[in-house]
Amino acid sequence: MCIAVPSKVIKIEGKVAETELGGVIRKVSIEMVPEVKVGDYVMVHAGLAISIVDKEEAEMERELWEELMEVLNDAADRND
Amino acid sequence: MDKVLLSHGGGGTMMERLIEEVFAKAFDNEHINAMEDAALLFGNIAITTDSFTVKPIFFPGGDIGRLAVCGTVNDASMRGAKPLYLTSAFIIEEGYPIEDLKRIVKSMAEAAEEAGVKIVAGDTKVVEKGGIDGVFINTSGIGVVYENVDVSIKNARPGDVVLISGTIGDHGMAIMSAREELQFDPPILSDVSPLNKLIEKLMTLGKAVKVLRDPTRGGVAEVLYEISKMSGVGIKIYEDKLPVKESVKSACDLMGFDFLHLANEGKLIAVVDRKYAEEALEIMKSDKYGKNAAIIGEVNDSKLVTINTVYGTSRIIDRPIGELLPRIC
Amino acid sequence: MMQQTEMIEKAKRAIEALNPGGPFNIMEVCGSHTMAISKFGLRQLLPKNIRLISGPGCPVCVTAQNEIDSVIELANKNVVIATFGDLIRVPGNRSSLQAERAAGKEVKVFYSPLDALKYAEENPSKEVVFIGIGFETTVPTVAVTIKEAREKNIKNYSVYCLHKTMPEALRALLEGGSNVQGFLLPGHVSAITGSKIYEFLPKEFGVGGVISGFEAMDILMSIIMLLKNYKNPAIEIQYKRVVRKEGNLEAQKIIEEIFEPCDSTWRGLGEIKGSGLKIRDKYKDFDAALKFDIRPIGEEIEIKGCRCGDVLKGNIYPNECPLFGRVCTPENPAGPCMVSSEGSCAAFYKYGA
Repeated sequence: MCIAVPSKVIKIEGKVAETELGGVIRKVSIEMVPEVKVGDYVMVHAGLAISIVDKEEAEMERELWEELMEVLNDAADRND
Repeated sequence: MDKVLLSHGGGGTMMERLIEEVFAKAFDNEHINAMEDAALLFGNIAITTDSFTVKPIFFPGGDIGRLAVCGTVNDASMRGAKPLYLTSAFIIEEGYPIEDLKRIVKSMAEAAEEAGVKIVAGDTKVVEKGGIDGVFINTSGIGVVYENVDVSIKNARPGDVVLISGTIGDHGMAIMSAREELQFDPPILSDVSPLNKLIEKLMTLGKAVKVLRDPTRGGVAEVLYEISKMSGVGIKIYEDKLPVKESVKSACDLMGFDFLHLANEGKLIAVVDRKYAEEALEIMKSDKYGKNAAIIGEVNDSKLVTINTVYGTSRIIDRPIGELLPRIC
Repeated sequence: MMQQTEMIEKAKRAIEALNPGGPFNIMEVCGSHTMAISKFGLRQLLPKNIRLISGPGCPVCVTAQNEIDSVIELANKNVVIATFGDLIRVPGNRSSLQAERAAGKEVKVFYSPLDALKYAEENPSKEVVFIGIGFETTVPTVAVTIKEAREKNIKNYSVYCLHKTMPEALRALLEGGSNVQGFLLPGHVSAITGSKIYEFLPKEFGVGGVISGFEAMDILMSIIMLLKNYKNPAIEIQYKRVVRKEGNLEAQKIIEEIFEPCDSTWRGLGEIKGSGLKIRDKYKDFDAALKFDIRPIGEEIEIKGCRCGDVLKGNIYPNECPLFGRVCTPENPAGPCMVSSEGSCAAFYKYGA
């Protein structure tokens, strides 16, 4: 819930990371994602990273989506 | 509402209400009631005034001095007039460093020279410490309307085309970055610039240029609403045609703003007769302050101000109410 | 890789193919979903019988009137009120933080509670109270500030905890007879909590839910998943790239350490048991309620005629509320549905049905 945007971690200093999103650089607390590495994308909400974006999952999501679409649209075509 | 709120100065619906209920009511004449950026006297003399209270006083890309000159030069120009002379009145807080004051004034002189206007009269007041915060400036401007033009907020008609002279939200975001300590790489600079030379070129299109307005407080959204209201028309813009810097958009996503609500101090919105739209675009692009100009939409008879999304759907643009506040929700 | 417009087209057709016919109400319970749906115009892509209803998803909007009044009382106690921007315009019974600021009270807007804590550190002579509103997404950040305040021994910082939690509100909605065939579940709350907190929805009420992301594609995909599985209701995660089934364990730990559940009043819905959080005794030094002896006072006064509760439950359209458009407008909101710029009533006011 609520506004959170994915930002790329470019530097880590203890419990704080410098993140970048489309040219915006912002310091965020990474206390809740201690396993984060430079280069990871994190979801940032109100100054805190709440989750690390799983790039593999993101890729799989897209493939799954396209697969699902094909199946459903075929079904729709058959019913037309 | 019995007290003036910050939102009343925000350039949105609340400011409109304050002006209507307090000022327009009392001053009540055809000039004030027209709600234009500048009033036309004797048929061809444009007169306008504006006060500048920006914080911080020195911001990325400019300062209150440059803003004070460009703001008024632009307001006069938006009426299809060639700005000639400015006045400048200062209200200064006791204790303000003279070095900084000199910096501001130098900036004003440079902006005036660039715009080709002269600052011919002024005033200086000093108030006790705490009376105001730093420096406030008021500038008034006078200009002469170009021959064979008719630029007014009331002129938009269905079929006309809407253009903007460049990227949206730069000034608003530059100020925000200074206030909220947002860092940008590359840094976002205010676009504060005098547009009178660009407008002079547009005036060669004569009456084909129907409306000119600079989207300052309240942003592009507010200007579109003003045009819609005063011309009695609807406006539709296209999301994928809007020029905006990636960093401005990202910062807006981060903080929950709409970039259509951010102030611009070196951009203009033009409503032009369809037949001359391409030519107007070329003229803008040929000017140093119009390099990223674009056709962003058109006028219709719907009475609504809408945007077509990249998903092929459309929605009504939010009219800014007043203050821009970062949100979590 | 499919083009965006092509994907939208296919999603539309998939939804039409899966359309069960008859009224199919999907309730979203997240302010950011409400915003995204309006921003992308998603309702225009759906068949008429599939309705997207806005539930009580904006934590600011559901902050009770008497809670706002207590915040205003706090503002009058010579403290600096540190708040999210969302709260500034929310009306209490007589005033709002915006009005209080105009009257000279110190009210400061912060993007993050961490910035507020920094402000407190830099201004030791000022008492800074952070107004803790927000659901489970926001609670960890506030928790971090309390933990840090203790570690750094910052004595002039406290939190006025008005946090609310999602699941019990969903239960209350369904027990109250909401007509919902599926839930679009909040992606970022779930990033913290994981999916188990919603399991009771299919188990006890036979209603499924999909934890959804916030891009247009995410929401459309989630709707497709809901339509596909509504006969076998379950809780699914569409937003897999951000939400793990178990959620964020670190965040859950810190919430558990600093806060405990309590009862809470939701604007328009009344008191919901176990739907709020309060600061544990161990951290009472940072509890503004104790420090300044403040709590929501008085009855939750329903504004006469306000039917936010029914709108939030999806029982009536906004324009069926007698206050809609007359007494209650986006500039002068009476209830939560109009306060949020994308709440049901505000959206209806702007875009119509």
